[in-house]
Amino acid sequence: MTPSSVTHRVLLFASWSDALGPQVEVELPVGASVADLLASLSARTDGRPLPKPVVALNQRYARPADVIAAGDEVAIIPPVAGG
Amino acid sequence: MRVAIVDHPLDPTALLAEVADVATGASTLFVGTVRRTNLGRPVTGIDYSAYAPMAEREMATICKEAMAQFATDRIVVEHRVGTLALGEASIVIAVAHERRAAAMDAQRYVIEEIKKRVPVWKREHYADGTREWVDNLGGSVPAEVAP
Repeated sequence: MTPSSVTHRVLLFASWSDALGPQVEVELPVGASVADLLASLSARTDGRPLPKPVVALNQRYARPADVIAAGDEVAIIPPVAGG
Repeated sequence: MRVAIVDHPLDPTALLAEVADVATGASTLFVGTVRRTNLGRPVTGIDYSAYAPMAEREMATICKEAMAQFATDRIVVEHRVGTLALGEASIVIAVAHERRAAAMDAQRYVIEEIKKRVPVWKREHYADGTREWVDNLGGSVPAEVAP
């Protein structure tokens, strides 16, 4: 039988790490997108104001419609401030 | 070309020596340091953190773009993470090229793209005891992934 959901381990940084910890597990339906992940995570922030992040899959920036595969390295990237 | 996220003080002259060569007539050195005010608020220090493997990958991508655009492979970048005091260097970029204009243009490209795209974060410490995460782009996201 094919599983209907996948648990993704998600890395968090900066303000998002402060709010939710450096790593969380998120269960999503198979075929879920980056936008689905962000919606699921936002539900955990209890209305705390956090800057809108982007997502990286396997250390590359992903678009909202990109599908997350089992085993992908998933990271929440808040607005960057290097330099 | 070499890029690195490091957790120790940076040595700008060492990076300059790394890129300089008798074949190149121009070397440029950019040093970004912790400034004592930001947007009018007195700053006492900055915590830098990074998603290190992606940050190094993204810095390497930026350097490759600069290499293709400005025709030099003599680019070295080190970005420091950890807690930095006022005046300490957070980033050093050294570029060498046969010609000064290309060296300076390549360096400008690298620092501007790093500020937009590399997953590094800073939390400023203010004189009043508060700390806040800083946002280089005013809340916008990299153009290539904007919805």
